[in-house]
Formats: sequence, C-alpha cells, structure tokens
Amino acid sequence: MTKEERYQKLRAIIQVYLPEDVSVDNITMESHFINELNINSANLVDIVLDVEDAFDIMLENDDMDSMQTVTDALSIIDAKLGNS
Amino acid sequence: MKHKEVISKNKYDHIIQKLPYERPFLFVDELLNINENRVEGCFTFSDTLSFYKGHFKGNPVTPGVILTECCAQIGLVCLGIFLLDQEMQWKESSLKIGLSSSEMEFLLPVFPNEKVRVCSEKVYFRFNKLKCKVKMYNEADKLVCKGSISGMLTNT
Repeated sequence: MTKEERYQKLRAIIQVYLPEDVSVDNITMESHFINELNINSANLVDIVLDVEDAFDIMLENDDMDSMQTVTDALSIIDAKLGNS
Repeated sequence: MKHKEVISKNKYDHIIQKLPYERPFLFVDELLNINENRVEGCFTFSDTLSFYKGHFKGNPVTPGVILTECCAQIGLVCLGIFLLDQEMQWKESSLKIGLSSSEMEFLLPVFPNEKVRVCSEKVYFRFNKLKCKVKMYNEADKLVCKGSISGMLTNT
C-alpha cells in the first residue's frame, strides 16, 4: 500500500464521523481532528477502532494521546505497519 | 432465602456508592451480577417520582428517556466503574462521565411501581469509551426496551 493509498483509506474512515458542518474537502494532512474537523473524543475512538480494523493494527493509549492530526495518524499507522 | 438476598445486595454496594447520582435521578437499586463483560441490575420506578405528574397528564407512564437513563446507569456507568476499578484507575470523586450515543427501541410501557431488570453486555471498552448492548425486562420477564449505548468514562 502506498502512502497515498493509506491516506485515502484514512480519509474514508474519517469522513464517516465528520459532523454535518464539516465537509470531506476540509480533511487535509494538517487537519486537527478535534479543533479543526470538530470530531469529539467519542468519535475519535471510533476512528481509531476503524483504523485498527482497516489496517489490521493495534493502537495503545499512548498512540491515542499523540494522534492529534491526520499526519499524526498516518505516522502511527506507518510505524505500526513497519513502514517508518 | 431472605438472608441470601441481603448478602447478594451488599456484595456490589461499593459500586452503587461510587455512582455520581442521587435521588431523584438515581435509577439503580441493586446489582445482581457484574463481571468484566456484563452487568445485571434492578430498579423500581416508585410512583412518587416527579415526572409521572407530567408524563402523561393523568396517565403516568415512564418516559423513554428515563428508561434509557436507567439502562445507562446500570449498564454503562456501573460496569464502567467496575472496569476502572479493575484497571486500578479508580480515584475518589474524580470520575468524569458523559453519554456519547444511544440507539434504543421501546417495546412495552413501564408504569409506576414496576420493577425492571437491566442486562448489559460490553461491546468494547477502549480509550475510555465504553459501548454496551443493553436490554431491559419487566417483572413478567418481557423485553421492555433494548439498544446500544456508549459513553466516555475517565478518572483524570
């Protein structure tokens, strides 16, 4: 899976949990989940659980704490997949 | 038999004492069973509860939101306290909880003075989010409502 494919896969997951006033076009590499995409902490957990299923990885509490932006999420996914 | 009931009631009292609710918004009387995957508890809707005066006018029926609340207090919060306790995350009076979603189906009405039993099964408890499948039964063991409830529980 290329970096772009991983990004698109993540975008598709995030899209499901966006509030109505945020469009999928708002998702960029720099987007902050809570402050910019208005995703609440409960939905952020859902995103993490979907990421685990989609990429067949397991995230820990520390990963959750450091997952602030889309880039953070991709770095964590890369590290778990052994791509970093 | 009576003696046995008293023992089982006291067994989980420490969890009920940690609940951040009090009357008239405490909807847990006793817990029958609890382990890391499920919880079962009871509540009797006393006819003196204030909402019966307005729901409905001259025809008291327990509101669906109150049934949902009862399911959440027994099924989610009691189980959550038990799970946090197990993880040694329990700190006195620092529990922060919030309902994050609920999807309920209501099948039968619950009238004043009815006793209900809530059974809840954990779907997951991860990153402080607890999601459960809940079912409420009346004294005739008929399903009153069922659904899925999630909430955030933290102790920091």
